Amino acid sequence: MKTIPVSATVNGDAVEFLCAPDETLLDTLRDRLGLTGAKEGCGSGDCGACSVMLDGRVVCACLVLAAEAEGAEISTVEGLAQGERLHPLQRHFIDEAALQCGVCTPGILVAAKALLDRNPDPTDEEVRYWLAGNLCRCTGYDKIIRAVKSAAAEMRGDAR
Amino acid sequence: MTRYERIDRKFKQVGTRPARPDGVDKVTGRAMYGADLTAPGMLWAKVLRSPHAHARIRSIDTSAAEALEGVKAVVTGADFSLPEDEALRDVSVNCMARDKVLYDGHAVAAVAAVSPAVAKAALKLVKVDYEVLPHVIDVDEAMRPGAPVVQEGRSYENVPGGMSANVTSHCEFGHGDLDAGFARADLVVERSFRTAATHQGYIEPHACLAAVTTDGRADLWCCTQGHFMVRETCAALLGLDSSQLRVTASEIGGGFGGKTTVFVEPVALALSRKTGRPVKAVMSREEVFRATGPTVHASIDVKIGMTRSGRITAGEAHLRYSGGAFPCATVDMGAQAAFAAYDLDAVRTFGWNAMTNRPKEAPYRAPGAPQAIYAVESVVDELCKELGLDPLDVRIANAARKGTRSAYGPTFDEIGLLATLEAAKAHPHYTAPLGPNEGRGLSCGFWFNFGGNTCVTMNLALDGTVAITEGNPDIGGSRASISLMAAEELGIPYEKVRTIVADTASIGHSDVTDGSRVTFSVGLATIEAARDAKRKMCERVARLWGIDPEAVEWRDGAVHPAGSNAGRFAPMTIAEIAAASPNTGGPIAGHHEVNADGAGVSFGVHLVDVKVDPDTGSTTVLRYTVFQDAGRAVHPSYVEGQMQGGAVQGIGWALNEEYIYGADGRLQNPGFLDYRVPVASDLPEIDTVILEIPNPGHPYGVRGVGETPIVPPLAAIANAVSRAAGVRLTELPMSPPRVLKAILARG
Amino acid sequence: MVKVRIWGSLRTATGGEAEVEVEAATFKELLDRLAEEYPGLKPQIERGVSLALDGVIYREAWFTPIREDSEVVLMPYMAGG
Repeated sequence: MKTIPVSATVNGDAVEFLCAPDETLLDTLRDRLGLTGAKEGCGSGDCGACSVMLDGRVVCACLVLAAEAEGAEISTVEGLAQGERLHPLQRHFIDEAALQCGVCTPGILVAAKALLDRNPDPTDEEVRYWLAGNLCRCTGYDKIIRAVKSAAAEMRGDAR
Repeated sequence: MTRYERIDRKFKQVGTRPARPDGVDKVTGRAMYGADLTAPGMLWAKVLRSPHAHARIRSIDTSAAEALEGVKAVVTGADFSLPEDEALRDVSVNCMARDKVLYDGHAVAAVAAVSPAVAKAALKLVKVDYEVLPHVIDVDEAMRPGAPVVQEGRSYENVPGGMSANVTSHCEFGHGDLDAGFARADLVVERSFRTAATHQGYIEPHACLAAVTTDGRADLWCCTQGHFMVRETCAALLGLDSSQLRVTASEIGGGFGGKTTVFVEPVALALSRKTGRPVKAVMSREEVFRATGPTVHASIDVKIGMTRSGRITAGEAHLRYSGGAFPCATVDMGAQAAFAAYDLDAVRTFGWNAMTNRPKEAPYRAPGAPQAIYAVESVVDELCKELGLDPLDVRIANAARKGTRSAYGPTFDEIGLLATLEAAKAHPHYTAPLGPNEGRGLSCGFWFNFGGNTCVTMNLALDGTVAITEGNPDIGGSRASISLMAAEELGIPYEKVRTIVADTASIGHSDVTDGSRVTFSVGLATIEAARDAKRKMCERVARLWGIDPEAVEWRDGAVHPAGSNAGRFAPMTIAEIAAASPNTGGPIAGHHEVNADGAGVSFGVHLVDVKVDPDTGSTTVLRYTVFQDAGRAVHPSYVEGQMQGGAVQGIGWALNEEYIYGADGRLQNPGFLDYRVPVASDLPEIDTVILEIPNPGHPYGVRGVGETPIVPPLAAIANAVSRAAGVRLTELPMSPPRVLKAILARG
Repeated sequence: MVKVRIWGSLRTATGGEAEVEVEAATFKELLDRLAEEYPGLKPQIERGVSLALDGVIYREAWFTPIREDSEVVLMPYMAGG
């Protein structure tokens, strides 16, 4: 099978890889680039565990062909923290117990950051609908929504 | 069981909410789950699965697959042993079919190849000659004489003669005179209920990496709730000694009972043995639905009698469960749990299990209880409505309490049911006003909880920090709770303790993480190991000071002279003792290996308000409150997490989740699009009220909490929907088409 | 002698008795005696049973002492999730 050469930027770093024509971006991230943060929960775009940013949009990496990443800017959960400094979302998730098994957490963090980039002061309803594409089976979502709201408040510089 | 004195002490750290030790790994994507590990030379496995619900395998020809370039090995049923032990034999057959395929998705063969693409291509080249047989999918159909028989000769001695060979077991529990009880009632309600099979729905599919060397030693990395169980089972299926196989538990992306057995792990090991190379096996979501372990589906009849003043005089339930294509004992637990919340003079439950051509059941949180209690609590609610009685007052009047002879036999000791009911009654949720098309429902819930085989080693590093090694995969934040209990017992800061889950070669046999047992039994073992370590440290210091070990005591992370008669010595801190340990006898460790008993039962009550749209049958959950007795909440955030998570799984079970089969016996919805679990926008906040009625079987009073929360939601939601819609719903899930149909039929 | 409560579907093995008496001082002795005196109980005992002693469930601890006045209830072996 012929492989396709691709150049892209992942978490700010220039990368080059070869991929099969029918290989997904998720497979490439996990099996070629060593970025196993994005998870395959379903392979059909229904669970959101593989959520990554592609040119500023949240996408399910299992529904993107690796070849489509040519020239794109991709961000994954591994790009959220700056060195030792966790992103406020990451910190609030830990402090407010917004994860149990944690397997949905990378996808939810990527999606939540995308929301706060667009809407720094979302209502509960807006957070819930934005995250409706990210399944969580452990938490019942309650602490996740609270953690996103409180991270948003911190990022806005609010006292509340 | 050691009975611990009632602890009224003030805890310094137990009850606080520190950060969990695996938190940073999980929010940065560093944590390694089942599918995240790779090894040099690794091959990829894929499994061929039956497209038929029931068929005889006439032959399997793997030659073309083996000849495909890049394929390194193929295995079939012949590559696995058939142990003597019935339960292990069933697991073996379930992992790889022998003479028959028993359900749509049953594994038939597996290949290992240099890439997933080659492995997939190889599957297409495996030729299986099937003789399709008639199938049976429904439990009541399966019990009829003349139904297609799933397996011959599997009925236990307790099944009366003349029944379909699909009926594998029968059980009966209870006490008292039912006829007299019903005669005393002013109103008797009899209803039949059906519940569909559901799946635990963990987001992480089963995955493992197996490496077997030519000298017969093996390493296995897998996501599991019990790596010792994996070791014992795989060793039996592959003819290995346990000591030859080292299993490491990865981080696990959800289990809820579904990962308390094996599916692809023996297959990966067999392929690795044949190829001499590491083999990675990852299930797809479709495989998870078709071929792992959903719940039973159930058909239940309940009859309850009540006086006008709200006293239940008799309760009777007939439960017919099917745990798929193999014998299944879950109905025993359902039959015992059904009336557990009630103090009854006359109660009887009758349970049956029948095989159907469906995947083999695996536990889901409190296996068997949600279905049974859904049926019982629905009838209690109907009686309350008919008699114009307050549903909470009726529960309180009939609640099991200390001294009640339970419906399943034993007499209850101190239990938290009344306290949770009274907390619910006092809560503003109970009296909040309801609008049009809105209804309120409540249900009690119950689970037994277990102890089990548990090992903990507490090692003191030379700098006085503490390493705890234990053998139970962390599925809910237990490492934080264990560290908290150790820190509390030693009187040192939480940050000085690190708890890890060790592999099967590094700690003693530990039972599976299930039965809501980890905070209870690993916690108990940790506290006892800490007490063991403290005793040893006290002896060392006493010797150093030249005084009697009785003359020293442990306090706040240090050894102190006990009283002024002991002499004047400056206390020795844990760090100082550790630093001196090479000189005073060697490294210091505390141990505890035990089969813990004394886990306390856990009761809960759920209150829910819903709104039903009369034009579509769609239900919106408006408000939800969970009340549960935790005995002692070691890390309250994670206790709340269990309550909220279990409640939401129950909401999904009540409203949308179900296995849908076609006439051909094949599963029609093996994916998250059509198997509809709750999403964030479906739900309100889930409020939690934790009660603490300490369990005398645990040094700090801990009760398991993980399973009980899935029990009440089914009936609580059914009662709320029935009241909102003005018609009693008796089949789960109450998806919009079903509710709409009932509303239209009501007129 | 210890009184043991037998659950409903096992009573065919005890001649219909809901409660039987055996001589036993530990969990294991109790199960051994029951299997000897009521052979119809043997298959279930081999499949697995637990004992509830004064309200506390013991899954498999053979040396658990049983007093003459203990409440002893035979239960199926439990599994969880």
